[in-house]
Amino acid sequence: MTKYSRRTRAQAPAATNVESSTTLICLVAWAVPGAGHLWQGRIRQGLVFIVTLPLMFVTGLWLEGRIFLFDVSEPLVALAAVADFGIGLLYVLGRVMDLGSGNAVAATYEYGNSFLIVSGLLNALVVVDAYDVSLGRK
Amino acid sequence: MASHFFLMMLFSCFVSVVFAALMRDKPEEQIRLGARLFAAFVLAGVALGWLMYPFPL
Repeated sequence: MTKYSRRTRAQAPAATNVESSTTLICLVAWAVPGAGHLWQGRIRQGLVFIVTLPLMFVTGLWLEGRIFLFDVSEPLVALAAVADFGIGLLYVLGRVMDLGSGNAVAATYEYGNSFLIVSGLLNALVVVDAYDVSLGRK
Repeated sequence: MASHFFLMMLFSCFVSVVFAALMRDKPEEQIRLGARLFAAFVLAGVALGWLMYPFPL
């Protein structure tokens, strides 16, 4: 019991460091798509994500899709907002710059929404992958 | 430029690239999986489109 306690005490700071760096990697991976992989030396994957996901998001805006706001009174809108939010700082930037107001009568409106929502969801998968990499599972 | 088919291909391309990069580590495997996913997305889209053809909106 004593040995276990000593080992636990000795390992505690290292474990805390790993946890905090994993949390930081996940935050960075969420904020900038692909940055989590670039940080961990997965350059090729990181470059693929940092090019593809923002391009997909911008395509969604070009197609006059809407960046959804959190509105709990409308569950589907709230879910779409959660998915959009997955793209990270681009979501915030889009809102601040007043982009993504959406044009519901445009023929490409639903396509734009799909591009915006799926880019956010794909970035959520990328964050999970960066988390796995940081824990040495991949 | 904004035809349904072109947008479906563009969407398939983005999703295939990201999935291939996520699911495989070696470049050759990534290219192979990406091409297969892209083909599957496009073929499934066209097939579903034809299946829905008899049903009016």
